Amino acid sequence: MLEVRHLKKSFGTLTAVNDVSFSLRAGELVGLLGPNGAGKTTTVSMISGLVAPDEGSVLVGGAPLAGDTDPKKRKIGLVPQDLALYDELSANANLRFFGALYGLSGTGLEQAIERTLTLVGLADRAKDHVKNYSGGMKRRLNLAAGLLHDPDILLLDEPTVGVDPQSRNAIFDNLEQLKAAGKALLYTTHYMEEAERLADRLVIIDGGRVVADDTIAGMRARVPSANGERVSLETVFLALTGRSLRD
Amino acid sequence: MLLIPLLAMIRKDLLLFLTDRRAVIMSFVAPIAIASFFGSIFSGTEAERARVTVALVDHDGSTISQAIVKAAVADANLNVTSPTADEARKAVREGDITVGVVIPKGFGDSAARAFFGGAQKPALTMWYDPSRGTELGLVRGIMTEHIMSAVSQEVFSGPTGTRVVDDALTNLGQSGLPTDQQRRLQDLLTSVRAFNQSAPAGLASGGGGAPVGGITVPYTVAQEAITSGENVAYNGYAHSFAGMGIQFLLFSSIDLGIGILLERQRGLWKRLRSAPLSRMTLLGGKALSGALIALMTLLVSFGFAMIVFKVSIAGSIVGFFMVAAACALMAATFGLLIASLGRTPGGSRGIASLSVLMMVMLGGAWVPTFLFPQWLQRATLVVPARWAVDGLDAMTWRGLGLSAAVAPTLALLGFAALFSTIAVLRFRWEE
Ligand SMILES: Nc1ncnc2c1ncn2[C@@H]1O[C@H](COP(=O)(O)OP(=O)(O)OP(=O)(O)O)[C@@H](O)[C@H]1O
Ligand SMILES: [Mg+2]
Repeated sequence: MLEVRHLKKSFGTLTAVNDVSFSLRAGELVGLLGPNGAGKTTTVSMISGLVAPDEGSVLVGGAPLAGDTDPKKRKIGLVPQDLALYDELSANANLRFFGALYGLSGTGLEQAIERTLTLVGLADRAKDHVKNYSGGMKRRLNLAAGLLHDPDILLLDEPTVGVDPQSRNAIFDNLEQLKAAGKALLYTTHYMEEAERLADRLVIIDGGRVVADDTIAGMRARVPSANGERVSLETVFLALTGRSLRD
Repeated sequence: MLLIPLLAMIRKDLLLFLTDRRAVIMSFVAPIAIASFFGSIFSGTEAERARVTVALVDHDGSTISQAIVKAAVADANLNVTSPTADEARKAVREGDITVGVVIPKGFGDSAARAFFGGAQKPALTMWYDPSRGTELGLVRGIMTEHIMSAVSQEVFSGPTGTRVVDDALTNLGQSGLPTDQQRRLQDLLTSVRAFNQSAPAGLASGGGGAPVGGITVPYTVAQEAITSGENVAYNGYAHSFAGMGIQFLLFSSIDLGIGILLERQRGLWKRLRSAPLSRMTLLGGKALSGALIALMTLLVSFGFAMIVFKVSIAGSIVGFFMVAAACALMAATFGLLIASLGRTPGGSRGIASLSVLMMVMLGGAWVPTFLFPQWLQRATLVVPARWAVDGLDAMTWRGLGLSAAVAPTLALLGFAALFSTIAVLRFRWEE
């Protein structure tokens, strides 16, 4: 469904992403893990066409993404790390705008709004201004906005930052539903327990490079356990990326 | 297909604009309030034009001094009071009166004697408010006219005149003039005496009107303000609403630019960019919504001026809309320029506001450009606001035809092209 090949991106002298490759199949959720500044957001930005890679390519359904207006961009849904919403507008008005960017209009648009708002549990608050939403509601609306045009590939950049366990669980349920529906999901996070619960596979990057690409069981097997107990994913993560601070 | 996202971008920006109370006040209420204020200053009618306040203290009480006071009181440029000398001095010091004029005792007599030269000239005292030097000049000019008129009439006709001429004839020998000149002056004075005796009229009127005798200012001024047509009064509101309309239209373009920077900061630009839309569509949508809001700003304040202050589009209506639309496009692309050159929303607002204020000041939105020195008038042709104000003035109170709208429209579109080119080249897409 999605294939990332040898992506490279530099900002000035800093190489943010250096030769990153991985792939993502339909019905699969891949966790993209890495310390702060590892290059996760930059990678997601290159996949969604916001940032042009210096080298490498992004293949959607086997064909490379070409240019801003490539219709294949419609197959990708982006849930940005920031709460990318218009606070002054209602949830409805926000979604109407985001849907129209993908050419949705009329009843098609209204149905899509209804469907996604119901999915994230905000249907009864559709007319409220986003500025009156709680942090968790905003996060859920942020997710809904990325789902509106029914993309096959969903790029989620830390979609649960700053939400309570209730909202977090609701989002997890949504993602599992989407996975069951055959969507391909790329999930960026720092939280190991989230990766453990959701991911089929993990790609760990550090300093712009892929340091591991494996199933969760495979990851665990990489670090020998001292007393026969299961190694935690966090131990694996720290073993692979080191303990020094990044920022 | 392209139309759906484009229309959605415009609708969304209009919605955001209308829900932002601060933006609505800045765009509609502020320009109307400020333009009404400026308009009321610059469009005073003849009757309410400010007069210079003058205190006339007459210590003389002669026919001449009384004639001077009478003429000054009748003068449309002066507002004359007659307090005591002490009161006058105090009023000038406190700023209640601009000029205090003291006619000393014996002024009329001495002035008449000094008229043919020779005799000591009497001194007229003027106290003035130093912060209003130009008005002192005006009062001096006006007083000269009235004094010359009053003294000469008395010399050539009144009883004082007969005495003055007799005295002058008697004292001719002590004047120190060469003998042949003494003889000629004697001829002149004798003629004046004969003239006075044949036309025994006193001071018929003050300085104005048709005096019986004496010297008067040898011309009058026929003033006609050149506007869109006969019987159409200059409407100062037309200029002030054009100026303030442009100023706040440019302020709305700052909001557009800052809005884009905010959208980028809040990650919204990522959503826009991840949709299958070209960069031209994204910037074009912004430019269109910005131009619409700018046009609304201008038309609402002009509409107000038309209804409340009777401002009319005396020139070409098509031309007016051409200039207005070109203005709006110029403003919108200026907004894109701010977004492409600015870094943070806060920092950019300060610089952008300053440049807008400079632009409208140089464009003649506050003070008409004809008050600028020549070099500056030429230099301001590179300021878009100048073309905007000139174009709107031409289509409103100047009442010029469509052809007069062409140059401002083309100039404004040229600026729009320049701004959008720089914006497209410098826009930071990858942040
Ligand atoms: N537009 C940009 N200009 C310059 N440097 C950038 C830009 N975007 C990212 N970087 C740098 O590239 C590196 C990778 O950033 P990126 O945002 O991809 O990291 P991340 O893994 O998403 O981090 P986090 O977990 O904090 O979100 C960082 O050092 C960052 O400072
Ligand atoms: Mg990130």
